[in-house]
Amino acid sequence: MRLWRLLKPVLFYLLVLLVFLYLVFPFYWAVVSSLKSPQELFATPVTYWPTHLRWQNYVDVFTMQPFGRNLLNSTVVAGLTTLIALLFGSFAGYAIGRFRFPGKRPVYYAILAVSMFPQISVLGGMYVLIKSLGLYNTWWALIFSYMIFTLPFTVWVLTSFVREIPIELEEAAYVDGATPMQVLFMVLLPLMAPGLVTAGLLAFIGAWNEFLFALTFTVDDRARTVPVAIAFFSGASQYELPWAQIMAASVIVTVPLIVLVLIFQQRIIAGLTAGAVKG
Amino acid sequence: MARRSLSARRARVAWAFLLPTVLTLLAVAAYPLFRTVQLSFFQANLLDYPLRPRWVGLANYAFMLQDAYWWISLKNTVIFAVSSVSLETVLGLGIALLVNARFPLRGLMRTAMLIPWAIPTVVSAQMWRWMYNDVYGVINDLLLRLHLIQKPLAWLADPHLVLPAIIAVDVWKTTPFMALLLLAGLQSIPEELYEAATVDGASPVQQFWFITLPLLIPALLVALIFRTLDALRVFDVIYVMSGVNPSTMSMSVYARQQLVDFGALGYGSALSTGIFLVIALFVVLYLTALRVEVD
Repeated sequence: MRLWRLLKPVLFYLLVLLVFLYLVFPFYWAVVSSLKSPQELFATPVTYWPTHLRWQNYVDVFTMQPFGRNLLNSTVVAGLTTLIALLFGSFAGYAIGRFRFPGKRPVYYAILAVSMFPQISVLGGMYVLIKSLGLYNTWWALIFSYMIFTLPFTVWVLTSFVREIPIELEEAAYVDGATPMQVLFMVLLPLMAPGLVTAGLLAFIGAWNEFLFALTFTVDDRARTVPVAIAFFSGASQYELPWAQIMAASVIVTVPLIVLVLIFQQRIIAGLTAGAVKG
Repeated sequence: MARRSLSARRARVAWAFLLPTVLTLLAVAAYPLFRTVQLSFFQANLLDYPLRPRWVGLANYAFMLQDAYWWISLKNTVIFAVSSVSLETVLGLGIALLVNARFPLRGLMRTAMLIPWAIPTVVSAQMWRWMYNDVYGVINDLLLRLHLIQKPLAWLADPHLVLPAIIAVDVWKTTPFMALLLLAGLQSIPEELYEAATVDGASPVQQFWFITLPLLIPALLVALIFRTLDALRVFDVIYVMSGVNPSTMSMSVYARQQLVDFGALGYGSALSTGIFLVIALFVVLYLTALRVEVD
């Protein structure tokens, strides 16, 4: 019994350490690999810490691959997707969260049902549509198609935030003669800021990480985003993948996300678990 | 009278606010879905512009029923979904229980849990591909050092190992998500229940089975539905780690190959519609089962 009392915290922290290593090790390994020289990268046995830190891989990503362009594409696409989803989403969230009108339930359920669509089930139709709109291989092809998974989610998160805001503030504004648009922008949006941050972050991360549409609706680096670029990194020959560069690029795209996660941890967890707690 | 016209005006305002969302979703979801279903009754080449679709009736579907690759991809997808979701649930529950305990570094642990979730799937697939490398990979090195294997394994080349290897990547990436959902569920269980149980002399194991688990079921079901839906449409991790390969390809990977790589717009659309139906069937089954649980 005494031994157990002594052993219990040791076992507990051992388990915590094990889980921590499991979660973090792959990222650690990418960082270590991205700093190795080719000789060290392709050496056996494997070294767990690079002997010389080689930053050149990070330079090579930009000089030997069109990675700068890919980063620009990803930033613009994810940024605009997020802005549009937030704008439309707050309109819809306001309508659903605040107004009573016939047809509200079916519309809300239809919006939520879209979020269950497998992307592949619209791929053929979307491809034809994007071609006929002349959007193929442009940023707009991706921004347009990304609405299918960002917008329903944004509407859902923002609706639940609107519902939690006390109605008195709005009523006061209406009494003062404000229009619904003014009420939304001047009264509600400032109060919805946490919801906007949550929904916006999740939309941004979703768009930043998307692969299937980006792979299918782009053909070269004019619009190709980071995930597609990283999947297609090629070296001098097709048998020799530039692993150090792939790892450097992986670290470059992951670090901003980790910084966002560190800053907005609480908001992200709130957004992710909203469904579990309320549903 | 005045009241009625006011509510009619409110309704018009509400619809005006809904309009951008409704129009956008009609354009990006309803119309492409309709087009896909429609094209599944035609034969057409993706690269033709304008399209020259030729009506073939149910021929694409008839072909699909005999297409061994479709059934293989369905089998792979089901194996992938069932094994990764069940492993994630068990591991995720374990991690959630661990992090639910109060200890000094808990905040750090919660942050660490968000890392695999935030990393793009393509990036995590590449990271693991490098770790799985048969000659220079760290996984073989670790397993050899621990004497768990005698010689290096070709994780991604061996047809028996590649699907389990990919499942392990998915488990790594999504277990934390599961754990976060379950953690939220755990934290909504009132502390008093455990206090009362302790007073009554219930052991921690009994408390888990009779308090934690039953009260966690709603959160668990929601998490299961989310994750299974995701797993059934899996594309990224399989495509990046093993390309289009019969020993791993999922339904989405196969349908995209037909649609885009082979340009078979008609047959690819039939496959896409098939996937949509499989997933819709799953949603209906799950929701029915869930309603039974809730009542």
